[in-house]
Amino acid sequence: MSTLAAPYRFSEQFCAGARACVPVAISVAAYGLVWGVLARGAGLSLIEVVMMSGLVFAGSAQFVALDLWTATPSSLPIGPLILAALIVNLRYLLLTATLRPLYPEKGLWRGALSMYLVTDENWAMTVAAMARGGGSVAFLMGGGVLAWISWMSTNLIGYGLGSAIDDPARWGLDFAFTATFLALLLGMWKGRSDLVPWLVAALAAIVTAQFVEGSWHILVGGLAGSLAGALVEVRKHAHHA
Amino acid sequence: MHTTPEAVIAILGMALVTIAVKASGLLLADRLPREGFAAAWLRHIPGAVLAALVAPALITGSPAEAVAALATGGVFILTRNLFAAMAAGVAMVYLIRLLIAG
Repeated sequence: MSTLAAPYRFSEQFCAGARACVPVAISVAAYGLVWGVLARGAGLSLIEVVMMSGLVFAGSAQFVALDLWTATPSSLPIGPLILAALIVNLRYLLLTATLRPLYPEKGLWRGALSMYLVTDENWAMTVAAMARGGGSVAFLMGGGVLAWISWMSTNLIGYGLGSAIDDPARWGLDFAFTATFLALLLGMWKGRSDLVPWLVAALAAIVTAQFVEGSWHILVGGLAGSLAGALVEVRKHAHHA
Repeated sequence: MHTTPEAVIAILGMALVTIAVKASGLLLADRLPREGFAAAWLRHIPGAVLAALVAPALITGSPAEAVAALATGGVFILTRNLFAAMAAGVAMVYLIRLLIAG
């Protein structure tokens, strides 16, 4: 396999991975622009935007974080922010596990560090390349670096655009959060098996938000909905078997 | 350029749990379930979290926001474009508020 190949193969594979990810990098850029605008509205400072996008580098988790963020440090919900990032990112367990064949038996800990650059986009492209008999760590990294640059640069552009607007509510921009989350949700629709988990999540969240202050409705709804979805899926398979 | 210790702790914490989850997938690859209840549960989490986030905002919003939510959804389904969908929602809220105020 390519793991034994000479160094020039790395740059070749790296560039191939980056090229394969150009179309998806454009969609990363669109999301990045919106995130940047919303981050400004949520009260993040420029350095906080750079730190979060540079270090966390996970779109869905960063969008959820904006909903929880407060501009006053004393009321910043540190625990819920970290917990939400953990829960939203748990699905990466499944994604990165499928990349195992790209890595050698030994020295997996070094490979673990490279997981930092895995996003939905370069993961999908790499898995597709693996299915065709290609794919490599360098290919994965090439796509990851392109996605990182695309995400960071458009976040900053969006942040700059956001700061050009003094009173967001006057332009209806206070609705930008809800609109963005709604569109993100619709983009996740994969079929009718999503209906039950989404409805359960929505209902549980609405009820929780009525009775409990803060952001608990996100956690309660997210857990209830995802568990309901898993239950329905497992039941269905049992019936077919 | 300013930040606070609270913000730095929150961001570093988020970064740590994110890389920990991503790395664990690779390190535990041979022991993770590929199908069944646990795998299905993990797959359903992001959608459920977003639904939980959106739903309360939608039902507590004003009529203007309800109409704008429909516009957002409609534009997204037609164009599959996040930016266009958000812009449509924002423009709709702006216009309706303008009409009501004027």
